[in-house]
Amino acid sequence: MGALRSLEKLDRRWIFLVVGLLVLFPLLWPLDLPLYVSPPVQAYHDAIAELPDGCTVLVSCDYDPASRPELVPMTETTLRQLFDKRCKVVATVLWNGGAGLVDQVLRGVGEEKQRVYGVDYINLGYKAGNEAVMVLMGQGIASAFPRDNSGLPTRGFPIMREVRDYSSFPLLVSISAGYPGTKEYVQQVQGRFHIPMVAGVTAVSAPEFYPYLQTGQLRGMLGGMAGAAEYEKLRREKGTATQGMDAQSMAHVFIALCIVLGNVVQWTRRRRDAA
Amino acid sequence: MSLHLSHDFGVWVAALLTLFIFSFLYKDNPFYKFAEHLFVGVSAGYYIILNFWTVVVPNLWDPLLQVFSGRAGAPFAASLGDYRGWLLLPGLLGLLLFTRLFGRIGWLSRWSLALIIGVYAGLKTTGFAQGDFVAQLQGSLQPLWGRGLAADLSAVVFTVGLISSMLFFFFSREHKGALGAVSRVGIVFLMVSFGAGYGYTVMSRVSLLIGRFQYLIGDWLGIR
Repeated sequence: MGALRSLEKLDRRWIFLVVGLLVLFPLLWPLDLPLYVSPPVQAYHDAIAELPDGCTVLVSCDYDPASRPELVPMTETTLRQLFDKRCKVVATVLWNGGAGLVDQVLRGVGEEKQRVYGVDYINLGYKAGNEAVMVLMGQGIASAFPRDNSGLPTRGFPIMREVRDYSSFPLLVSISAGYPGTKEYVQQVQGRFHIPMVAGVTAVSAPEFYPYLQTGQLRGMLGGMAGAAEYEKLRREKGTATQGMDAQSMAHVFIALCIVLGNVVQWTRRRRDAA
Repeated sequence: MSLHLSHDFGVWVAALLTLFIFSFLYKDNPFYKFAEHLFVGVSAGYYIILNFWTVVVPNLWDPLLQVFSGRAGAPFAASLGDYRGWLLLPGLLGLLLFTRLFGRIGWLSRWSLALIIGVYAGLKTTGFAQGDFVAQLQGSLQPLWGRGLAADLSAVVFTVGLISSMLFFFFSREHKGALGAVSRVGIVFLMVSFGAGYGYTVMSRVSLLIGRFQYLIGDWLGIR
């Protein structure tokens, strides 16, 4: 009882310290905890694996550096899987702060897989207008994005000769951190143009996309760092998401323990007060 | 395991600012205040400049400059598919938004706001109707038997959850009797969904912490 009473007055900074240590130690000394692939992640992987080799895929990266730990690993793995199938990638950005980061990721993976900018992939960069841009792309990708991220005319690139509108893509990959992003693509593009779609989203927004999975509006989904790590496992990669999962698991176990202890403390206090 | 400290000045600045922000977890202090004010100021300045160069210049200034400098056809050749001259109208509406800064003519900004709200209400309504309302309604109409035990059980749980959760939000009658019982079942389903949401939120926040630690360990300290 004395221990429970002392927990009532526990300085919350001890909790911060323990969470910090539980995150730090597995990053320095990995525990290699088991990781299981969930059905939405498997479906995401399979949707890309089933694409015809050499097709052109639209990848909309709607995030900024704040979501880097969760969304950059899944973007990199997605690009690697697409490039391994010799698919061409047309990337767009609807978040103003994200164009530079997405360019860095695209060029990094492009260089790693020896793909040529403008021929195998292109970054159309940022365009203001949110849902209006999504609808405009349905009338023509090059009309919506007349210039690429570097300011060069889009129509001059070989990759854009095969690209007209959404009908040019057998799959839309939406990797998003919020508005505008996956939800708006489902509403404005998937519902209207009936293009198959998969999504990679931040963990905090993942629950709102499960209904879209259930109805088949999304073929597959990666939810947060766990989704990215499971995807890396399927692809036999060991990226930053996989490296972070031990720390993630340890922190979750501790927070769950805190919730249980907090309830026990609250329950005993109520009983004590009632007596 | 060995240490390879970064020689990049930018990495040091980012690492120290991260530590300054973390110091708030102990207590409020001048280092935290400095990093907080720097972040707010730099972010505001960065986004103003970014928006000017990525929104105003390519979408308004450059097309108008091309058209009115005679480099790109007639200014108002809409019949030829060139609408660039007409960009004067959205440009003017954009300027009207700033009339809010001048009390007496502030009402002019409502014209621009009316257009923005009208366009987005239209887009959102059709998008929601197609992508959410109809599709989700179709997805909710599931056969309750004939698809195997697991699928049937899942469909029953789904249907019970759907109906009881919806009835919880029916406020035209007091939640007593049968309605009260069903509402209580709805509460259970809602609590499960809040729990899942909380779990995912924790994962998201811990991911951000992991990202910062990976930066400090890998990019700054270079521990391998």
